[in-house]
Amino acid sequence: MGKTLAEKIWAEHIVRQADGEPDLLYIDLHLIHEVTSPQAFDGLRLTDRKVRRPDLTIATEDHNVPTLDILKPIADPVSKLQVDTLRANCKEFGVRLHSLGDLDQGVVHVVGPQLGITQPGMTIVCGDSHTSTHGAFGAIAFGIGTSEVEHVLATQTLPSTRPKTMAINVEGTLKPGVTSKDIILAIIAKIGTGGGQGYIIEYRGSAIRALSMESRMTVCNMSIEAGARAGLIAPDETTFAYIKGKPHAPENWDEALAYWKTLYTDSDAKFDVEVDLNADDLEPFVTWGTNPGQGLPLNASVPNPADFADSSERTAAERALEYMGLTAGTPLKEIAIDTVFLGSCTNGRIEDLRSAAEVVKGKKIATTLRMLVVPGSARVRLQAEAEGLDKVFIDAGAEWRNAGCSMCLGMNPDQLAVGERSASTSNRNFEGRQGKGGRTHLVSPLVAAATALRGKLSSPADL
Amino acid sequence: MEKFIKHTGTGVPLRRSNVDTDQIIPAVYLKRVTRSGFEDGLFAAWRNDPEFVLNKDEYKSGTVLLAGADFGTGSSREHAVWALQNYGFKVVISSRFADIFRGNSLKGGLLTVILPQADVEAMWAAVEADPSTAITVDLESRTVSYGSISHPFAIDDYTRWRLMEGLDDIGLTLKQTDSIDAFEEKRASHKPATLPIRS
Repeated sequence: MGKTLAEKIWAEHIVRQADGEPDLLYIDLHLIHEVTSPQAFDGLRLTDRKVRRPDLTIATEDHNVPTLDILKPIADPVSKLQVDTLRANCKEFGVRLHSLGDLDQGVVHVVGPQLGITQPGMTIVCGDSHTSTHGAFGAIAFGIGTSEVEHVLATQTLPSTRPKTMAINVEGTLKPGVTSKDIILAIIAKIGTGGGQGYIIEYRGSAIRALSMESRMTVCNMSIEAGARAGLIAPDETTFAYIKGKPHAPENWDEALAYWKTLYTDSDAKFDVEVDLNADDLEPFVTWGTNPGQGLPLNASVPNPADFADSSERTAAERALEYMGLTAGTPLKEIAIDTVFLGSCTNGRIEDLRSAAEVVKGKKIATTLRMLVVPGSARVRLQAEAEGLDKVFIDAGAEWRNAGCSMCLGMNPDQLAVGERSASTSNRNFEGRQGKGGRTHLVSPLVAAATALRGKLSSPADL
Repeated sequence: MEKFIKHTGTGVPLRRSNVDTDQIIPAVYLKRVTRSGFEDGLFAAWRNDPEFVLNKDEYKSGTVLLAGADFGTGSSREHAVWALQNYGFKVVISSRFADIFRGNSLKGGLLTVILPQADVEAMWAAVEADPSTAITVDLESRTVSYGSISHPFAIDDYTRWRLMEGLDDIGLTLKQTDSIDAFEEKRASHKPATLPIRS
């Protein structure tokens, strides 16, 4: 019987296999940031261990850094200590670091692909659950905890049990105004936040193949929101064209390409589970609740908890509506928004900025809200400025920021206030995720832009 | 790592499903560069509510967290495990854990036990009826017991052995350095490297 793509990549990275033990897996690339690494480096120091492969390791500053005044000392002393600690650790252990002010500083999952060090057939880890983003290139990429960060630093391997495989087949053609963000939000609503648990998802089908590389990253990014360990997409000409010319594209291109072309699921391979989704029917999708599975098409209304058959889902919906300050039956398009956040590892790349700029160009955002535009990396920011996108956003009344995780998670100065409601292109609508008491609706960049103009959740078609 | 063989303590009923790691410890509390002191961030958003279970005197000294389904979803932050441990929890019981959280907990010596939802609900009822109910989690016999009730649970032999011996994963892997060297010898040359820096 043939193998799935994930099984092929896994098998190629097994350093050691023994009965009753997890496989010891070789790690091709280890990405690092300031929040989940300090205790790992500390562990190395305590045991007098070194970083085994600094040349397969790269660090950037993203989670807690400010997106304004980036060249001034960081005002929050605790954040500053964490960033200073990363800088000292990278220096001591010889790890490449892209600091604030550097062209390749930015959200770790935007930086890898833009440098061309994310390539098909790799194993990639990072102390961040959205590492699944890199799966868009046909890699097995997953988030790890700090103990595992230390393990990879010391050994360049990780003992891991191979997840099962799930195929999600998305066939058909997306309507105009519907994006890859809507695909993944619809998938999570369908299978639930635990639906992918224990699996590596392979996204397949004509609608996936038709996506650009950056749109594919948005899909794979949110695999973890469905509970999956990783998500990947078989590499194809779109993938190869994206990598070509990037700084770390292979020098022996032909050899790499020949290998990459072997990376697909064999026609006689069998997945443990298959799920189908029709792309033709999809509408722009938004979340109404406090987990990413609580989503609906934008044309729908806030659901009534009493309509949920499952008792724990009903309780969760009741709690979510209370936290979100929503009433069952309210049309989603009538929900007024205070802050629009465009950015993050989910939707902070150049194509996301371009598509949103197209919507707001020559118009003004609603006077009742603020809009933050945060490029995923310094390089994305420069590219956007070269295309005049910064001016488009600023003229519309939005704030143009420097790169970082920003308002995706409330640990830097960009946060929601208690009760403040956002339409956010990020990945998590958990209680307090964007700031204590903040209320988050997850949306695509197109919905974010249209919402900024109309002041209520909207798609460009509503303008 | 401290060995885990058997633990007896009282339970804390957390009747919520989908408790994500942002609830276990919000990002704003993640800025320490040590592994200790995270207990003040544990369930921070809920700790102001006097009705929250950890604020009730009868549950303050609990060491076995009885959680709803899908506990630990979201972020990979191991700080969630540290916050639970720093607070004093030794065991978390749920019908379903998120993968990364479970991996982190078992690496760090916080035992996560999976029981069917009906058994978790029965334990909620038992500790709500009598908060002093002693719960024993025995890794050797792979059982959770309280009163006259005993539930078996599954955990793979390797993880069980590692927890019972209190072994450090890194030390175990470093014994395989020859295999890692051999693997690197045959690694394809087209694989990317971060150094030297190319621009």
